[in-house]
Amino acid sequence: MPGLTDWLKERFPSDVLETHAAHGDETAVVTRASLPVIAAHVKQDPAFDMNVLVDITAVDGLTMKWNPRFEAVYHFLSTAQLHRLRLKVRVEEKDAVMPTLTGLWPIANWFEREVWDMFGIRFEGHPDLRRILMYEEFQGHPLRKDYPYNKRQPLIGPRN
Amino acid sequence: MEMKTDSSQASQGGYLTSRLDEMIGWARKYSIFQYPFVTACCGMEYMSTACSHYDVDRFGAGLPRFSPRQSDVLFVVGTISHKMAPVLKMIYDQMADPKWVVAFGVCTCTGGFYDNYATVQGIDTLIPVDVYIPGCPPRPENVLDGLIKLQEKIQRQKQEV
Ligand code: SF4
Repeated sequence: MPGLTDWLKERFPSDVLETHAAHGDETAVVTRASLPVIAAHVKQDPAFDMNVLVDITAVDGLTMKWNPRFEAVYHFLSTAQLHRLRLKVRVEEKDAVMPTLTGLWPIANWFEREVWDMFGIRFEGHPDLRRILMYEEFQGHPLRKDYPYNKRQPLIGPRN
Repeated sequence: MEMKTDSSQASQGGYLTSRLDEMIGWARKYSIFQYPFVTACCGMEYMSTACSHYDVDRFGAGLPRFSPRQSDVLFVVGTISHKMAPVLKMIYDQMADPKWVVAFGVCTCTGGFYDNYATVQGIDTLIPVDVYIPGCPPRPENVLDGLIKLQEKIQRQKQEV
């Protein structure tokens, strides 16, 4: 039986760069420009029917010498079909911008703010891209591998 | 506290002698109104200490107040993030004297294993702490031990009135 990523490859042959599957969960690496279209497709096409956007996160490949440095990761779930799909997009450090998915899944609003806060990847078209976990005074993005793990920026109290 | 009673007089109405300091200390240590500043997992252990199995009411600390103005002891229970730190300081400042602070769990004592960008490395960097209760989370017996140590401290100190 063809998997979800095979269908994706069939429909978007030039946009799906790579696919793999592990433990029954499938992953497709897609181009940045195609993400809004593919995301809309997996939401609306009854074969995919991804009604839940479970999470958006990112990976910083600095220590693994990735090029491009970042990967934005999207997890989808279909509660009717009971299947999951993961989409990944490679993001350059110099051009760390992603298209927003807030128009498709409202929850993307908070997830994208979190990825912005932690990794410093901006989301174009986001209605309110502010930090969500850290405070506005915070400098930098703590989950980037070049953020020193013991660097603290307290609002009050001693600084290091 | 040393209570002296004269048996012949006591039978006629009763009196006891004590130093005022000791008397006030005795009253204060058995009428602790706590403010539970609960932010994380230690809260579960705080609840089990407070409820009937371990029953802090036996030590006169059974009534948590949710207004800092009405409380004597600030129980800081759980991880304090840098984002939360100004709130903790404000709550402490709003409490009326005399007041005491208990650091409940390793997170409040030292930051625990959260040696990272987000966590305050011990609340004593922000406010003075009277008793540290280690453990992740501390067992209720340990909490009661800390409470008794606080009571001893309250009893011993000079009582400001
Ligand atoms: S000391 Fe342990 S149980 Fe308590 S708040 Fe910290 S991590 Fe949670």
